Amino acid sequence: MADRILVVAEDQEGRLARAAWEAVAAGQSIARAFGAAVVTAVAGANVASLANELAGAEISESLALTSPLLEDYTAEGFTAALAPVIERQRPRFVVFSHTYQTRDFAPRLAARFSKALIGDCLGYRREGDRAIFVRPVFQGKLLADTEPLGDPPCFVSFQAGTFREDSVRRSAQPAPVTAIAASLSSEAIRTHPGERFREAKQTVDLTQADIIVAVGRGIKSPENLELAKKLAEVLNAELGASRPICDSGWLPMDRQIGSSGQTVAPRLYVALGISGAIQHQVGMKGSRTIVAINKDNEAPIFEIATYGIVGDLFEVVPALIEEIKKAKTR
Amino acid sequence: MKIFVCLKQVPARDAALRLNAEANWVRETDLSFEINEPDVYALEEGLRLKEKHGGEVVVATLGPERATQALKEALAKGADRALHLSDPALQNLDAYATARALAAAVQQEKPDLALTGLQADDDGFGQTGVLMAEILDWPHSTIIMEIQAGEKTLKVKRELEGGYFQWIEVPLPAILTIQSGINKPRYATLKGILAAKNKPLQKLSLKDLGLPAEAVSPRQRISKVYVPQKSGRVEFLEGTAREVARSLVEKLRNEARVM
Ligand SMILES: Cc1cc2nc3c(=O)[nH]c(=O)nc-3n(C[C@H](O)[C@H](O)[C@H](O)COP(=O)(O)OP(=O)(O)OC[C@H]3O[C@@H](n4cnc5c(N)ncnc54)[C@H](O)[C@@H]3O)c2cc1C
Ligand SMILES: Nc1ncnc2c1ncn2[C@@H]1O[C@H](COP(=O)(O)O)[C@@H](O)[C@H]1O
Repeated sequence: MADRILVVAEDQEGRLARAAWEAVAAGQSIARAFGAAVVTAVAGANVASLANELAGAEISESLALTSPLLEDYTAEGFTAALAPVIERQRPRFVVFSHTYQTRDFAPRLAARFSKALIGDCLGYRREGDRAIFVRPVFQGKLLADTEPLGDPPCFVSFQAGTFREDSVRRSAQPAPVTAIAASLSSEAIRTHPGERFREAKQTVDLTQADIIVAVGRGIKSPENLELAKKLAEVLNAELGASRPICDSGWLPMDRQIGSSGQTVAPRLYVALGISGAIQHQVGMKGSRTIVAINKDNEAPIFEIATYGIVGDLFEVVPALIEEIKKAKTR
Repeated sequence: MKIFVCLKQVPARDAALRLNAEANWVRETDLSFEINEPDVYALEEGLRLKEKHGGEVVVATLGPERATQALKEALAKGADRALHLSDPALQNLDAYATARALAAAVQQEKPDLALTGLQADDDGFGQTGVLMAEILDWPHSTIIMEIQAGEKTLKVKRELEGGYFQWIEVPLPAILTIQSGINKPRYATLKGILAAKNKPLQKLSLKDLGLPAEAVSPRQRISKVYVPQKSGRVEFLEGTAREVARSLVEKLRNEARVM
């Protein structure tokens, strides 16, 4: 019997968003490499239509795990719903997109099988019959080839963008859809989630900014922000920041750029002393021109920069301010 | 309220990383270490809960001898006791094994609440707390930005994607993974540093934890660690500060046309 790959597709506010399709694309890719069949699973109170949508992909079966107790996402509910499916399907790999929801419950599900999640992967390769997954370590400064040991299942999640939504293979003939009533008891779900909400209105809207000067921990102290502000001023730019700058209260939270802040795409993004962790990159990599000034020539920010300056920002930025002023009067 | 805080010691953020001889992790000699950033916030949160509601803060780390430094720092900031899970059998563990060992220590301590950071800067597993919750059969919640403690339940604010949040009610005992920025961590005072010298710091072996060797056997193995291949099309500008500034302005004007 061919190996099976179970893809867990995420229901985001009643829709299959990019993360769900990227997980399907990942599952299909691994399935081709190992000659396996893909089964998708989506869990919730009303997911029949999502399961039908998934059935349009080139997969062997689409499972809809339903229960009124899955109306609101909870880690315990999803773990309890998916564990029996894994026991029955005995997949070799269980594949997720590395979303906040996956981070919240997939390790719990894996631990039920005495395993951990091989999380946040950037790729995989096949060596003989072994699978080797590539994970970022040390905040993306290094990569680690990671091999699962022991019996299946192996739980693995992929970073956003590793597999592309538009690479999902479709099938003319829809795959069979199976509705499974998840047998959950309300006692199994001990946490009670409330509504999603946003904090009080943001006062700056960086999404509309034409030019952004963003500072990271390389700025060292709040006093040094003046330097960045001066650069922003001569460039007519808005000031943005990496998360640690806002965490420390050096700049207000609404200046934060990244997965837990704003997503921006200005014409020019100048990153001062920002290492370029993935959570920061997702918030700014759509910028048209990216300038990175960093003293570490291996900082991940240089991967996505248009122009890179390896050097001390405290030397480069004052010179830059001066040159911009000069250029303006010319 | 008795609070158990997991702290990991990781290479300092600015440390230059070099590979070890086997090229399967970094070389530890000449590296400086510090407490993993979100764990500093987790400790602060534990100390504040204790100050508000009474009780005790127990800190724990699993790691080599150098990791006692992290525990001493936590004691100096106000933690009451420290546990050091240290044993040759507890070196270089993967996420599941680490969680098993830490969960065993939690089981012995029976706290009302256990806190971890949301992710370690070195291995970046981002799951030890969640694994512990399942091993202990406790409820959990992740990426927490605020805690309101009641008698038997907590109300916690969980960070979601895209700037959204959500309040969740979690009955005790529970595990939370703490996000950076939840509070403003304190510094150790001189008085605290002196007081820490008399606080208990207990070593625990695999046997003390009551675990068989099998419990911490590896479920995954890192075969190789390496620097990512450069794929970017970045154009590096070189020269003195003045020279690079000049050529950048020139490029922004003429190539990128953003000035
Ligand atoms: C769930 C989750 C959500 C997150 N959300 C976000 C988010 O929305 N936004 C975000 O930014 N991060 C976010 N993070 C944090 C992220 O992982 C990184 O920790 C963070 O982006 C690092 O910020 P940094 O680059 O400023 O600091 P560091 O990583 O410490 O980098 C500082 C950089 O400055 C350089 N430097 C130091 N001195 C100088 C100098 N004199 N001149 C030039 N360069 C210098 C260093 O070489 C280094 O590259 C999140 C993390 C998690 C786990
Ligand atoms: N060896 C360890 N000792 C103590 N705490 C740890 C250890 N490993 C992980 N943790 C805790 O678990 C959190 C998440 O780590 P990780 O799952 O490795 O990314 C960390 O922020 C710590 O709070």
